[in-house]
Amino acid sequence: MSSLSKGRAGRWAAILALLLTSARAAHAVDTPPAEMEDRFRSYIESVRCLVCQNQNIADSNAPLAADLRREVLEKMQAGESDDAITAFLVERYGDFVLYNPPLQSNTLLLWIGPALFVAGGLVIFILVVRQRSGEGIDDDVPGSG
Amino acid sequence: MTDSQEKAEEQAQRGPNWLLFIIPVTLFVVLVAFFVRGLSLNPRYVPSPLIGKPAPAFSLPALSDPETILTERLLSGQPTLLNVWATWCSGCREEHDFLLQLARTAGVPIYGLNWKDDAEAARSWLKQLGNPYQAVAFDGEGRVAIDWGVYGAPETFLIGADGKVLYKHLAPLTAEVWEREFVPLLSEARGGAR
Repeated sequence: MSSLSKGRAGRWAAILALLLTSARAAHAVDTPPAEMEDRFRSYIESVRCLVCQNQNIADSNAPLAADLRREVLEKMQAGESDDAITAFLVERYGDFVLYNPPLQSNTLLLWIGPALFVAGGLVIFILVVRQRSGEGIDDDVPGSG
Repeated sequence: MTDSQEKAEEQAQRGPNWLLFIIPVTLFVVLVAFFVRGLSLNPRYVPSPLIGKPAPAFSLPALSDPETILTERLLSGQPTLLNVWATWCSGCREEHDFLLQLARTAGVPIYGLNWKDDAEAARSWLKQLGNPYQAVAFDGEGRVAIDWGVYGAPETFLIGADGKVLYKHLAPLTAEVWEREFVPLLSEARGGAR
């Protein structure tokens, strides 16, 4: 290499190193190690951002979302289980912070409500069909008038 | 078969009809009742799970002097207020004058939690606008705010003499809110004496 390109290469290496370290500092809070990535991503997609309440903390740009992602990541790296992290969040923000409401006595109706409606609808459907087919049989038999 | 006899038979066959009509209508009315109630609730006002529990512990530098460490012990011994604020929060500017008034007249110490703010900006803000706080803890990283379940500013907590969280108000504090929500709890916390 000529002395000119060596100097340039050296400068580029320095710039690159600077960028990488500062980028790492900026993103360290949000970037999980490769083996944790799937778990981290799927977990933060289940936590509601309370500032932008229709977003999870994975997608939200709110500073609080960033802070919560940091907390989740730090706890995962410290070896805490998903349940422990959930307990931590719920203790501070309540059940609403979870996208999947827990199955508890006060949420029972929320969970089984739709099934109840379907069951109720089925019952009504069957009754109506039976009733209608009762009338229909009479109509089909000729001469019963 | 006569007309009336036919009609009677039809009526007998149509027996359960009114029931099949009533059930869906009732369900619908019940659903509508739930929806109307739900629409009148504000999802922004997430109820705080901290009510009735001891104030979350913290250990933060004071805004005025980073060498001084402030802890949750500040908040017990008498009913106190913890107000979460920041210079970037417009609602905080709105309630600031009322907080100054409260600090002068209400006889309740107000402590500040400066949330994710620039310390220098926060100090000048208070110098410029007046300082209603006995002390302000500086939570630059927002970790303490998370422990308190903070998700917006301003938020104001009422803490009892025993150090337990009695109430949390979201949105700027006003005279009306103070009278309606804090005063009854405060007099209860003081054992009836005002």
